[in-house]
Parts: sequence; C-alpha cells; structure tokens
Amino acid sequence: MNIIVCAKEVVDVSEIKIDKNTNKPVLQGIDKKISDIDKNAVEEAVRIREKLGGKVTVVSVGPSEAREYIKELLAMGADEAKIIPYPDTGDYNVVSTLLAAAINNLEGYDIILCGEASIDLFSGQMGPRLAQKLGVPQITYAKKIDAEDEKLTADRDLGDKKITTESTYPVLLSVTKEINEPRLPSLMEILGAANKPIEVVDHSSLVGEEDPVIEIIDVKGVSMERKNIIFDDDLDEAVKKLVDNLAKDGALG
Amino acid sequence: MVLIYSNDKKLNMEMLSKGRELADELGKKVTVAVIGKSDTDPEEYIKQGADKVFVADTDLESFKVEEYTEILAGIIEKTGVETILISSDKDGKELAPRLASMMDTGCVTECTDVYIEDGNVTAERIIYSGNAVAVERFIKKPHILTVPAKLFDPLEVDDSRSGEIINEKVAYDESPSKILKVQQMECEGVNVEDATSIVSCGRGFKNKEDIKLAEELAKLLPGETIGCSRPLSADLKWMTEDHWIGLSGHKVKPKIYIAIGISGQIQHIAGMRDSDIIVAINKDPEALIFKSADYGVVGDLYEVLPKLVDTIKAKIS
Ligand SMILES: Cc1cc2nc3c(=O)[nH]c(=O)nc-3n(C[C@H](O)[C@H](O)[C@H](O)COP(=O)(O)OP(=O)(O)OC[C@H]3O[C@@H](n4cnc5c(N)ncnc54)[C@H](O)[C@@H]3O)c2cc1C
Repeated sequence: MNIIVCAKEVVDVSEIKIDKNTNKPVLQGIDKKISDIDKNAVEEAVRIREKLGGKVTVVSVGPSEAREYIKELLAMGADEAKIIPYPDTGDYNVVSTLLAAAINNLEGYDIILCGEASIDLFSGQMGPRLAQKLGVPQITYAKKIDAEDEKLTADRDLGDKKITTESTYPVLLSVTKEINEPRLPSLMEILGAANKPIEVVDHSSLVGEEDPVIEIIDVKGVSMERKNIIFDDDLDEAVKKLVDNLAKDGALG
Repeated sequence: MVLIYSNDKKLNMEMLSKGRELADELGKKVTVAVIGKSDTDPEEYIKQGADKVFVADTDLESFKVEEYTEILAGIIEKTGVETILISSDKDGKELAPRLASMMDTGCVTECTDVYIEDGNVTAERIIYSGNAVAVERFIKKPHILTVPAKLFDPLEVDDSRSGEIINEKVAYDESPSKILKVQQMECEGVNVEDATSIVSCGRGFKNKEDIKLAEELAKLLPGETIGCSRPLSADLKWMTEDHWIGLSGHKVKPKIYIAIGISGQIQHIAGMRDSDIIVAINKDPEALIFKSADYGVVGDLYEVLPKLVDTIKAKIS
C-alpha cells in the first residue's frame, strides 16, 4: 500500500498577538509546529501500513525549514518525506497543483491522507482540491477508516448525519481530530528518524509558473479585551461577588 | 450571472438575498441550481429573488461530491455564471473547493461578508482561529464562495415576481466511491447562534448525567440554552452537533456566555469571542479560559454550580 500524507508547518495560532498600532496580527517570532490534524493523518497512515504493509510518504509545501518539524512525522513512523519549498500563500489552487504534481512523480499511490483543515487558515480546501487535481474520489471528515487490500470503507462524521462510504484505490481521505490519538515517538524512534530520507524538490521542476487565482488584500487583527476579574477566594464569597457583578451588568435576564 | 447552490432550501433562500444584492449591483441575473430530488417548488425561489431556476435532472439519490461537482460545473458552463454562492455546510464545504479546482479558480470558504469593491467581488473570512479577518479578492472568474447559515436574511416572498424554470439532464461520470449507509443523527434543534445566554460545558464534567447541573443554571437564564466544547460532541457524543461551539462548530454571540470546565483553547474561543460577557468556572487557576473571561471563579464545578444556582435564585426572587 503506497500511502501519501500531506502535512504542513503552521504558526502556533494560540500565540498570535495583535499589534495595537497597526491592528495586524504579529506572526514574526511565533513558534511553529505541524498543523495538529496532520498528525492524525500520519498516525492513520502508519496504522494502515502496519496492517497492510507498504510505505508512508509525507509531502509538504512550505518553507525548507519545515524539515525540523517533518522529522517528527518520520519519527512517528512515516518512511520518507518530500518538501517543496514555496513562499507562504493563501492561494490553494497553486499549492494543490504543486502537491498533485509532486504526488504524480512518486512511484504510485493508493491512499492520500490529509487533515480536515489546517489550524492557521482552516479552509479545508486542500483535500477536495487535491483529489480533483489527481482525479480521485474524496472522503472528507473521516472518523474511522477500515482499509483492506482492494478497497476501504470510512465513516464520515458530518454532525447531523453519519455516512459510511466505500472506495477502491486510489482515494483521498481527510481525517478529523477524533479519528485517533497520534503517537508520541520514543527517543529511539526520534534518533532513527535522522536516517530517513527527506528530499527537497524545487517547485519549478514540478510545474511552470502558476498564475494566482486569489489575492489576500488585507489581514485585519481582531483583538479581544476582557475584564479578567477572577474570584479565587472562599467559594461562597466568590459566587456571591460573581452574581452581584452579573446583576449589576444586567446579565441575569 | 450569480448562481446559488445548496441542498438545503433555507440556506438557498438566505444566499438568494445576498445573490440578488450582488447581481443588482453588477447588473446581472440570479440563478438557483437544483440538483437531484427536491421537495421545493422552483417557483418558491423565483418569488424570493431568483430570475432563473436550473433543475438538473439526475437519478442520484442523494448528495455525492464527485458527481455533484461535475453536474454543477456543467450548469456553470451552460449558464455562463461568474459568481457562485454555495452553502457552507459540510456538503458545500467539500463541494466548493473541488469545483474551484476543476475550474482552476479561487474559492473563499465560510465567508463572513461578501461585497463588491472597485467592481470586484470581495469576501472576508476568519483566519488564525479568530485572531484575524482576511479580505480576499478574486483574480479570476468564476468566483466561488461558501456562505454560512444565518449570515443573510431571506427576502420577503413576492408573488408578483416571475422567472424562468429550466429542466435539463446534465451529464456526469460515476465516481468509483459509493455511499453504503447514511445515518441521520438526532438533532435537538438548538439554535445557539441566536441565543441570548449560553451555559457551555467542557471536559470538566465527569459524566453525561452531570450536565443537568448546567441545565439547572441555564433554566435561570433567558432561552435556557446549553452549549459545549468539541470533545463533548465529537468525541463523547454527550451532546448533538447543534450544541458544539468553536472554530469547527457554531459561532455565537450571546449577552452572557458561561464556560464551565472548559480549558479555553483558542479553537473554542474562536466560537464565542463575540459574546458580551464571558464567565469562566474552572478548578485550574492557570486555565487559559480565564484570559478570555470577564469574570472567573476558580473552583470545582461540582461545588460552584449548586451554589451559583442558589445565589442567582435568591438574587432574582
Ligand atoms: C483544528 C481544530 C479545530 C477545533 N475546533 C474546536 C471547536 O470548534 N470547539 C472546541 O471546543 N474545540 C475545538 N478544538 C479542540 C480544542 O483545541 C480543545 O481541545 C477543546 O476545546 C478542549 O475541550 P475542553 O475545554 O472541554 O476540554 P479540556 O481541554 O480537557 O479542558 C477541561 C477543563 O476542565 C477543567 N476541569 C476539570 N475538572 C473540573 C472540575 N471538577 N471543575 C471545574 N473545572 C474542571 C480543567 O481544568 C480543564 O481546564 C479544535 C481543535 C483543532 C485542532
């Protein structure tokens, strides 16, 4: 089974502050990490390989420094990785075109996994776009995957309904956070990952210059000011003070 | 031309009002696409703002993304539409990007606003888990946008409006995937978006039965609405999806939001940051939620809730 996982490096959104003067989010100096749900995708890929054999390849479009974070995914059990350095862009058409070209250059693929959405821009576009570019079916919001040699079935959690879908290979799935608990690699696995291949692929070797289809013309910070009054004294006293304040604010009906 | 598509009538009506506004501003027409079985009389769309309804005649039983993408692409080609509004429900959110990819064009999902600026279709959306709003402009046609429920109010029914209804077969290839089973999940029909007060529960609750402690509190507040964090709905299934608040759930803006046993991860905050007053009850004094709260009580919810209920009862009686 040849399994591809699309993963990317993101800023840790919980650390973003808004610059009061410019009203812009400050992204410089913020910690980076692998987008949370991409790890669920890797975990699922490794489990499928453990069951059916094969190979797990991580493909990532993003800065070449992402290497450090991609190594974590190799430590989790992925076999190799391809990084396609590309400037940060909100143009999903360009990124999905690059991913599709990189995947088509591989030896073949049966399953492509991605997260339901990345935690920074959270558009959920990449899975469906990539599936279309590769001409394969898509199974989004998968909460359970049961892969066999010739086909797989997946349970999709759509909130108001649950759908079980079956597909032959190749197929693309986007997974939810609830599908599994990503493993924490052991020290041995972390050390072992150092020898796994990470190839950096120049984007111009994959496709020609892609015209952008969308332009982000502004990013406006949204700050939130709160009173932060915390009652941590005696519970009776704390509750009384809370209720007094809420009554004063007219919040009790 | 503006095209509207959702497999939900209510969402079609909401988008239709925005579609009408955009079309009038651009001097264009509005078409509603209907695919597969529908209980709605196409005339209803005309009476609420559409110029045309395109009914694609298919044998498909229910929504299936690969086939629907091709059908919609076919309709777009036939009608020459330039701007496409698709509902931002789970079906629409997987359809829109696949369609955009097929047409090699841009797509903005979960728009919080759509307008024309300098003659260009422009859309806003929330990014960085609520920390920022991105303003995006399409460089290429067609423009594809997904629109969340309740963003726009439907137009009044106007019986005097008339329009064209087209019935046509649209070709598509069958996808190698197939739906084996569809299970409707029970839904309590809670409307957290419009609630004026929300008592919201997180993993701090040890059992499903304990949620009644929160319900006691909610009963004292207008609307008696209960919300929850993602794990309570998605993982534990203690509450149906309509209670789920956050980045991947519902976005709410009540007068008062009481977060109980919720840690305050940014993805939860993204759904409730527009509340007027935020109250947090958490036993961990370091819990992140206190940073996003106006008032906080540090304590065990099992002790705090009964006291809070009694104190409020005494206060309002
Ligand atoms: C892409 C993405 C999207 C997401 N979307 C959402 C979303 O839409 N909505 C959402 O909610 N989450 C979302 N999440 C998950 C989010 O990051 C958090 O994991 C989740 O909100 C945590 O839920 P919680 O606060 O209920 O549980 P926990 O984080 O486990 O917090 C439980 C809290 O309860 C407190 N507690 C425990 N016992 C008691 C007690 N007896 N009395 C008082 N307090 C107690 C603890 O101190 C703790 O702070 C998303 C995550 C990702 C990666």
